[in-house]
Amino acid sequence: MRYLPLTSEDRAAMLNTIGAASVDDFYQDVPESARLNGTIEGLPDHQGELAVERHLARLAAKNTTASEVPFFVGAGAYKHHVPASVDMIIQRSEFLTTYTPYQPEIAQGTLQTLFEFQTQVAAMTAMDVANASMYDGSTACAEAAVMACRVTRRKKVVLSGGLHPHYAAATRLLCEAQGIEVVELPPAIDGELELANHVDDATACVIGQSPNVFGTVTDLSPVADAAHEKKALLVSVFTEAVSLGLVTPPGEMGADIAVGEGQSIGNPLTFGGPYVGLFACTQKLVRQMPGRLCGETVDADGKRGFVLTLSTREQHIRRDKATSNICTNSGLCALAFTAHMTLLGGTGLEQLASLNHEAACDLADALAAVPGVEILTPRFFNEFAFRTPVDAEAVLAMLEERGVLGGIRASRLLPHDGLGDVIIAAATECTTQDDIAAYAAALKEVI
Amino acid sequence: MGMQSIGRPTAPFAGGISDVETVSGSKGLMQREDLIFEVGDPDKTGVDLPAAKGTKNRLGGVTRKRGSGLPGLSEPEAVRHYMRLSQKNYAIDLGLFPLGSCTMKHNPRLNEKAARMPGFADIHPLQPQRTVQGALELIDELATWLKTLTGMPAVAMSPKAGAHGELCGMLAIRQALIARGEAETRKRVLVPASAHGTNPATAIQCGFIVDEIKANERGRVDMADLKSKLETTDDIAGIMLTNPNTCGLFETDIKEIADLIHAAGGYFYCDGANFNAIVGRVRPGDLGVDAMHINLHKTFSTPHGGGGPGSGPTVLSDALAPYAPVPYVVNEGDGFHLVEEAEGEAAEAFGRMVAFHGQMGMFVRALTYMLSHGADGLQQVAEDAVLNANYIQARLKSVMTPAFDGYFMHEALFSDAFTADGIETIDIAKAMLDEGYHPMTMYFPLVVHGAMLIEPTETESKQELDRFCDMLSVIAERAAQGDETLKGAPYLAPMKRLDETQAARKPVLKWVPPEPAAVAAE
Repeated sequence: MRYLPLTSEDRAAMLNTIGAASVDDFYQDVPESARLNGTIEGLPDHQGELAVERHLARLAAKNTTASEVPFFVGAGAYKHHVPASVDMIIQRSEFLTTYTPYQPEIAQGTLQTLFEFQTQVAAMTAMDVANASMYDGSTACAEAAVMACRVTRRKKVVLSGGLHPHYAAATRLLCEAQGIEVVELPPAIDGELELANHVDDATACVIGQSPNVFGTVTDLSPVADAAHEKKALLVSVFTEAVSLGLVTPPGEMGADIAVGEGQSIGNPLTFGGPYVGLFACTQKLVRQMPGRLCGETVDADGKRGFVLTLSTREQHIRRDKATSNICTNSGLCALAFTAHMTLLGGTGLEQLASLNHEAACDLADALAAVPGVEILTPRFFNEFAFRTPVDAEAVLAMLEERGVLGGIRASRLLPHDGLGDVIIAAATECTTQDDIAAYAAALKEVI
Repeated sequence: MGMQSIGRPTAPFAGGISDVETVSGSKGLMQREDLIFEVGDPDKTGVDLPAAKGTKNRLGGVTRKRGSGLPGLSEPEAVRHYMRLSQKNYAIDLGLFPLGSCTMKHNPRLNEKAARMPGFADIHPLQPQRTVQGALELIDELATWLKTLTGMPAVAMSPKAGAHGELCGMLAIRQALIARGEAETRKRVLVPASAHGTNPATAIQCGFIVDEIKANERGRVDMADLKSKLETTDDIAGIMLTNPNTCGLFETDIKEIADLIHAAGGYFYCDGANFNAIVGRVRPGDLGVDAMHINLHKTFSTPHGGGGPGSGPTVLSDALAPYAPVPYVVNEGDGFHLVEEAEGEAAEAFGRMVAFHGQMGMFVRALTYMLSHGADGLQQVAEDAVLNANYIQARLKSVMTPAFDGYFMHEALFSDAFTADGIETIDIAKAMLDEGYHPMTMYFPLVVHGAMLIEPTETESKQELDRFCDMLSVIAERAAQGDETLKGAPYLAPMKRLDETQAARKPVLKWVPPEPAAVAAE
């Protein structure tokens, strides 16, 4: 077998050195009744590369890729171009096949890129500090909620009606397990400002999203003010990291914690994962942060180097007193993010954001010209909601028949909120004028 | 300095070659590389984007006031930056990476190739389900493998990593207790002192309280202590037990433990981090397990990526299966379907843990690995992993101190009892860096003093193991003799020993521009 170097002679010689008769000796502690007689049944035997590759290719061929059709699906994951060099960098064996940098003297490559990642995320969100990544945006959001409860010693969080429903679900789950009350405001396209009316003396944090799940961008400063007046925190969420090049970032709105999804920068769609959760906060909250942090220090010769630090927050040191149970994070996706950001630079990010915004404006104009369509999102970045005169699911199915993946129906995320005629559509730098024209033409045919 | 008769020095030059200073700051192939913030420029870019027309604006004034100011690099500079940094890393592709509990095995490149097929990499999680049938089929196929290998009836695929899988299992237990009307009374979770830190941290995250159980002198659960903890049972939620455990040992009494916990009205969570030792040889379902996460990035060889991403599908028993989180894939005969809401057929589900459907990129890699090995190969994986660990133990037991008598499973555990006063486990680890090896896991598990946990995995040849053992034997002898030079190691690594105390005392967590130089003369 191609991944197993031991030969039969090796095995015999090693058993001899050990003084064991066979490998069965090593399994003597297994209860008799749980010992298997021979190979597990019902699974195929080993296969060569060619056969395996064919099997996977057959499955892959059954899927419609985002690049082969006019594609407008967003709502938390976005089709962007990833530069070829980014994928080459993350396939370097030294990054791909190494572990968490617990031996910093031989892991400066990983550590320095994490330090650069943290610096970039802090600058993009306009926050003081960022950690070395979380699993994804939704789990980062849940961790932010429980962190806010630790910081304020309160047990109530308020979620906006614009928060991505999957983020709300992940947050609700973790909070309720810890006895934290979760107030979810009803879904609303322009729902973020409503948060300011729902802060009281028991509130640990309010969680608002901009751009929100309907695409609406909102200046959350009034929400921050209302929260701070009650000594509560503002958690500011984003699912489209490219928006940070153009839209008011969390730190400019008075956010105490900023969390978001970093997939859009450097990472392909991959059906929802792996992605990279971004987590940033103010300096004074840093010791309550979850996840790994990379910090600067010196070695015995006084040379600058980097190490994992403040690990007394973490489970491997503090066990039941840790700020989170997270261990593995999204290191390689964070590397893809930071490499793409290094290629873009701040100016490139702003340019990319402008292209995204412009594509979405063009799309909105084209769709608004279709009789019966009503654009619902008042202010948007690269995604917006619109109403159709007929059922959204039927519309999207008919668009699909015409080779257009026209977005997602809001009722897939929010099945019980009377949103059956609402579609959420996104455009990015990958969207062409032809794509937009094809969408508008197909939509005109089906409604 | 001693000299041979022909005049060649036999003792190392005091200070060693690492003290050679160069003008460039590089040392041979080890290139100096500053931070991108020091070498980049905000006006530089490594991408060519068309200019936006700038004629439309629907932002309603919600615009960024200050730019990020982040520097960019051209593509050649960026590639070189990361290339140089990469060479400061140790990696499994470079050599043996014997981190106990981490299962650093070879990562086949076919896995990477498959994950990059556009049909997997370029599909959106919320596309119409008709357009992603191959992806759903793959998840279903992987789920079948996991259920068959573990002998368990159900699996939750969405957990993002091992600790997230622990969370999944413990939330399923919590939901089962809610269904029984006992969630408020059954709060106590038993956790061995040897457990991974994630276990107690996870229990707390789920609102449970942790009750620690002792290890016996054989490194297994102390049954007398366990039974004393079960004298009252009406507050027992369950146990979190790693098997094979963190000492690299199979829990001999595991079935009795499962029976005791079940009789107490609790559930058995098994930490599956060490599944590599038993895959294809033992099915956790035959041991009385109710929930177990599987680290696809360990046993099934998706790469560790410098700390992630992982993937932690969690198998569930009949008792917990109804509470599995959404989403999950259902095979309806004529097609695959995603159940996305905790209602209708999923009304008992404990909820949703994460956006979308789990770590698809890791699923592709893991299934590719499983198909490559097959059921026969996976059994050989476990047997070779265990053989390699016991070989290391046999080769080193005369110069180091095995923590326990008898055979280990997939990792060999030593205490620091053999070292002279003043020499610590970390000194041995850092000396290994100079020899070109990544050290073993050190100071874990906590139940063994100065623990050294060595997991070679099955992808090492006998020649590699022999070289490793030869090397470690010499360091161990130096440690036993109290060789003070170990305290200064590493001497040859890219960096000398780093000051972690300073890093934590006054944390510097991002680059800040240097203060403008003070005006020299006033």
